[in-house]
Amino acid sequence: MKYLDEFRDPQKVKSLAASLQAITTRAWTIMEVCGGQTHSILRYGIDHLIPEKITLLHGPGCPVCVTPVEMVDLAVEIAKRPDVLFCSFGDMLRVPGSKEDLLGVKAAGADVRVVYSPLDALRLAEEHIEREVVFFAVGFETTAPANAMAVYQAAQKGITNFSILCSQVLVPPAMEAILSSGLNRVQGFLAAGHVCTVMGYRQYEPLAAKYQVPIVVTGFEPLDLLQGLLMCVRQLEAGRFVVQNQYSRSVRREGNRRAMEIIGEVFEITPRNWRGIGEIPESGLGLKDKYESFDARKKFHVNMPEVSGANSSCISGLVLQGVKKPFQCAAFGKTCTPEKPLGATMVSSEGACAAYYRYRLEK
Amino acid sequence: MAKVNDKFELSCPFPFTDYPSITIGHGGGGKLTSQLIEKIFRVFFANRYLDAGHDGAVLEIEGLKLAFTTDSFVVNPLFFPGGDIGSLSVIGTCNDLAMCGARPLYLSCGMILEEGLGTETLSRITCSMKKAAGEVAVQIVTGDTKVVDRGKGDSVFINTSGIGLIEHGRMVGPAAIKPGDAIILSGDVGRHGVAVLAQREGLQFETSLVSDVAHLTPAVLSLFAAGLEVHCLRDLTRGGLATSLVELAEAAGADLVVEESRIAVSEPVQGACEMLGLDPFYVANEGRFVVLLPQSQAEKALSLLKAKEVSAEAAIIGAVSSSASGRGRAVLKTPYGVERLLDRLSGEQLPRIC
Amino acid sequence: MCLAVPGRVLSLTEGDFMNRKGEVQFGGIVKEVNLAFTPEAKVGDYVMVHVGFAISVLAEKEAKEILETLEEIGALEE
Repeated sequence: MKYLDEFRDPQKVKSLAASLQAITTRAWTIMEVCGGQTHSILRYGIDHLIPEKITLLHGPGCPVCVTPVEMVDLAVEIAKRPDVLFCSFGDMLRVPGSKEDLLGVKAAGADVRVVYSPLDALRLAEEHIEREVVFFAVGFETTAPANAMAVYQAAQKGITNFSILCSQVLVPPAMEAILSSGLNRVQGFLAAGHVCTVMGYRQYEPLAAKYQVPIVVTGFEPLDLLQGLLMCVRQLEAGRFVVQNQYSRSVRREGNRRAMEIIGEVFEITPRNWRGIGEIPESGLGLKDKYESFDARKKFHVNMPEVSGANSSCISGLVLQGVKKPFQCAAFGKTCTPEKPLGATMVSSEGACAAYYRYRLEK
Repeated sequence: MAKVNDKFELSCPFPFTDYPSITIGHGGGGKLTSQLIEKIFRVFFANRYLDAGHDGAVLEIEGLKLAFTTDSFVVNPLFFPGGDIGSLSVIGTCNDLAMCGARPLYLSCGMILEEGLGTETLSRITCSMKKAAGEVAVQIVTGDTKVVDRGKGDSVFINTSGIGLIEHGRMVGPAAIKPGDAIILSGDVGRHGVAVLAQREGLQFETSLVSDVAHLTPAVLSLFAAGLEVHCLRDLTRGGLATSLVELAEAAGADLVVEESRIAVSEPVQGACEMLGLDPFYVANEGRFVVLLPQSQAEKALSLLKAKEVSAEAAIIGAVSSSASGRGRAVLKTPYGVERLLDRLSGEQLPRIC
Repeated sequence: MCLAVPGRVLSLTEGDFMNRKGEVQFGGIVKEVNLAFTPEAKVGDYVMVHVGFAISVLAEKEAKEILETLEEIGALEE
């Protein structure tokens, strides 16, 4: 497939890995922000190809992993309603809530359907006017335009039996939270290529300057990841800290204007609770008052449930922040496995822990 | 901006261990399925036949060696490009018999029909079964029909059980697998799963791809007819190539190491999997199998397989090595020389956005 | 996060802003994709598609440049 196969070429991967080896003289800790990048790294074994001096940390770039328990509980509560047809991306089905997950409530009789696109959910609303269609709108900035468009189209078409449960989050505030944390070890970032395709990378320039960390906007294929690392390490070795764009075939500095316009039309910035991290101000998106009739929380009068002090061995919060690696968790692979996940990082097909569990050859 | 509290308060949910009811994930052929089998069925059903962990049971009755197997078909949609639930129910069970090295002879057919199913649809399905049975040269000799209330069955469920005759002296199954054996794959992977997915509501896409449903008996029996020392056969179904390799590795207590670059994936399958975030090695097949036999006979096996249409693209994809721990593993060597552990999927593979 | 796949635009259906669509080919399959965010996309272009929406038109020139740079790196290694 064009634009994929060329960026997976084994010969070029070898050369890049060798170049990276050649320029790395010191130990560096670099975080790839996006869960999709983590998945790619572990699936292709990129971490085995890079110099040992480079430590890759896996960032909170997975909306599944950072969706708080309360939000899943809310989803479950709404899905259980007999008048509701609940639509979700496949990723969210196994994320544990405080008692159940969406797969479990589906098994118990709730009408929960996996969709590929938010427009599929909207179409279901048009086809089933007797039902209330609710779409679980999770995602980072990459998915925000699509989720916004579904709401916008619903408004334009006068569709009233459609609403979204909004759990949109934003990347730069999360990166800043990591950088400003006293526990921070990250020295450079590989920024999320598809988030930046939508938003551009202007927002990262002040971060790079303030915290003096190089930020390289990186794609997802093996060549992209290695080249992103190469560019990042070059900066680190030279003491530079600017924003660079490795994923230039898809990302422009100004981003996608139309996509940003629809986000601005439908959503506004809100505080957001992140699983394992807590509330980060101005880190999420919520529906503007103009579109409040499409807000499932308001429609069904449901409030964020209080999560009673859950006490478990899950350290997914620390894993998400890059403070710990999955294998440093006592429960990893023992009491916490993909079938019985303690936390979302194990559940998501590419949450850091599941990726390790699936891809790591047991030594 | 306000500094985030460094002392993270972990808010992970209280772990729930097992689902109190059966979920769709339990039918995925992955870990939930095997958990179900281990924790419920194997607790009550235990004998050396089940212990062998193969697709069918090999029974010896008064000197006659028979293979016996059963399979149920719940596929949705009922009619898909390349086949339908009827042809699948005949071919699938015959393939399971072939995997024991048996020539399929007789099938039973149990039908569970949902109230409201069109009789014309039922005729189409039955006609398709007759056609498939003719192609495979089996007879459907006994059957049963039940009807359930509307809403209690997905139009039609079919169960077929089959008996086949084993005409060679070999013991074919995971126990016969030896370190050094070659692993041959009969063709490209993922066609059936993608062909079915293309029809599924919410995921529709256009493709000229058809399911790879095909009966494997002639290709398989040609190996025995040539006197090859076939150690094990396994047809790939739900759960895909990877799951079959994991199952075989565990049952054999040996490591199965395969090379990613040798496993063929057609363009439509690649396209669909990239779009939906699926791994083609875990996507269902209905007309593909792996053969494990001594390395010295691999080339001969390959030429015999390539002479049959169903296995025209057969290729050697790897080899068996002994397991250091005794716990057999399935390992995939990526094109970058890195080795990756293959494991069962947790439940069903779902399309993802992330 | 954000699985997006490159696909080739086979045909376009013009419509108002939110209804502009195209048939996009991914390897051997074709799917209808919303092109509201890529008004500049033409038949023959490659677009990055995420959850049914094209979010960028791939810049062939940039892609070529990167691959050429990597060729050079490869050549230097030898």
